[in-house]
Amino acid sequence: MSGETADPRTAAPTVTAPMVEAKALVKRFGDVEAVRGVDVQVRTGEAFGFLGPNGAGKSSTMRMIASTSPRSDGDLRVLGMDPDLDGPRIRARLGSVPQQDTLDTELTVRQNLQIYGRYFGLSRAEVRRKATELMEFAQLSDRADDLVDALSGGMKRRLTIARSLVNDPDVLLLDEPTTGLDPQARHMLWDRLFRLKAGGVTLIITSHYMDEVEQLCDRLVVMDDGRIVAEGSPSELIARYSTREVLELRFPPGEQGGVADRVAEFGERVEELPDRVLVYTGDGERALEQVHGRDVRPVSSLVRRSTLEDVFLRLTGRTLVD
Amino acid sequence: MAPTTSATTPDATAAAPARRGLLLRMLPAPLYTGRARALLERSAMVYSRAWLVFVSGVVEPLLYLLAFQVGFGKLVEEVTGPGGEPMSYVAFVAPALLAASAMNGAVFDSTFNVFFKFRYNKTYDAMLATPLGPLDIALGEIGWAVLRGGLYAVAFLGVMAGFGLATSPWALLLVPVALLVSFAFAAIGMVCATFLKSPAQFDFVQLAVMPMFLLSTTFYPLSVYPEPLQYAVQCLPLYHGVELTRGLAVGVLDVSMLGHVAYLLVLAAVGAYFTAKRLAGLLLR
Repeated sequence: MSGETADPRTAAPTVTAPMVEAKALVKRFGDVEAVRGVDVQVRTGEAFGFLGPNGAGKSSTMRMIASTSPRSDGDLRVLGMDPDLDGPRIRARLGSVPQQDTLDTELTVRQNLQIYGRYFGLSRAEVRRKATELMEFAQLSDRADDLVDALSGGMKRRLTIARSLVNDPDVLLLDEPTTGLDPQARHMLWDRLFRLKAGGVTLIITSHYMDEVEQLCDRLVVMDDGRIVAEGSPSELIARYSTREVLELRFPPGEQGGVADRVAEFGERVEELPDRVLVYTGDGERALEQVHGRDVRPVSSLVRRSTLEDVFLRLTGRTLVD
Repeated sequence: MAPTTSATTPDATAAAPARRGLLLRMLPAPLYTGRARALLERSAMVYSRAWLVFVSGVVEPLLYLLAFQVGFGKLVEEVTGPGGEPMSYVAFVAPALLAASAMNGAVFDSTFNVFFKFRYNKTYDAMLATPLGPLDIALGEIGWAVLRGGLYAVAFLGVMAGFGLATSPWALLLVPVALLVSFAFAAIGMVCATFLKSPAQFDFVQLAVMPMFLLSTTFYPLSVYPEPLQYAVQCLPLYHGVELTRGLAVGVLDVSMLGHVAYLLVLAAVGAYFTAKRLAGLLLR
């Protein structure tokens, strides 16, 4: 490593190494083990996801990668460096979108972007140029001189993402980027993230929304209870752990009992949820005909493709958002 | 506790800007990257919209001074000054008020303002996601309190001179002394702010500051206390500030002043260090 360069962004180890490499990574808070031996590799330019329910250890893992939380055990390299030793140098090349907005409420939209650039050591001229450019990217140019409290939730989120880009990061960490946003705001954010990825930025995303991870991620790990329970691309995981289609059967309250056993033979696997029965099968329409043939009468039925939610259900026996 | 505070390697400071000060070479990079100035810029941005706050900070000690000039001054005409010479009561109290206003400004700045950024606005969490370290934050925030204290001190000294209460050229040193008092109290105040859990606990801050203001020989000399109490008063940080300002205002200097300066310097350094440790321990978990 060339450690003597003044500008931390040019003091980069080679980019062919994995962006993030964790081996047997552990995070403990007192007696609680939040992350229990995680192995991951994030490659340059990919969008990598951590999918799992709340409390699975995603955010703790993310904060260790962000070099704002020291690991308790195991090995971790971010951009080829050790966060315990080179935290500031790593953070100089990361962008971070935390779960909760940490915008500076005492400053305007423009000032938020400018001062954040100053924290990274950019010159005043640079941050002025960057702020203008990023407000355009986040579609906030007309709100430049408003205090951030006056912004809507979606706008604040966009500003947080814009702010995380002020140092042209190599890796962007997004912790639950769209939680609490309406569908329109989510799609707009996704669009921005796609553009970044196309521009070569490595994305690391945590989410408990399977559609988000399915949309955005090339590769993901499914986390549960501090451990990784599966790893692969969304389609790989679905092929490995689920069937092509799913037949969802809904019944009036109290009339679902016993149905699962009666329809079990029509799918490779049947899951019973509190409000519906899921039949996993290659051909949902055929399964539905067979169900009707058996004189089972659901109030509604739906044939859909398998999603990561089904993968998660298969792996853990629980749905993602309990 | 975060290992970030102890880990260091030869190239760990490489994230810092090219210009490296003494602090940069002494402290591990995860704690300090030499960009405390960015926090001063932030404060300047915030207060560019709230400059009226400064006016109130300048006016308040002046009102005190006026009260003593026209009020108490009529009742108590002369007291014995630092050199044993008689002096007007106003001239006796004025330098102490300068020290006390430096204290008040610094404590306010470093407790109220820091508390809300720390607990509610998550301002420091956002900063720590950048190359900035906890000591950058501590020094930047304390630095702002010091600048503000310095501004008030200059205004106050101007009025003192106008009233004829600063009789020695040494009185110019009241400004650096005010900066030192601000630094020490801002540093200690900021450590305390990291322990506060709710705004209601600001009463504890008042509980410490108000008696200190009244008892630190601000309004009467140390000799009025019985001997054991004198030792207790001499432990109070403001006492050392008052001794310095009172002596310098009339140009009565002695070696004990070095002791007062040393006391305040140690307080400042200890405060800044523990602020950084607390921020690291709480935010870099």
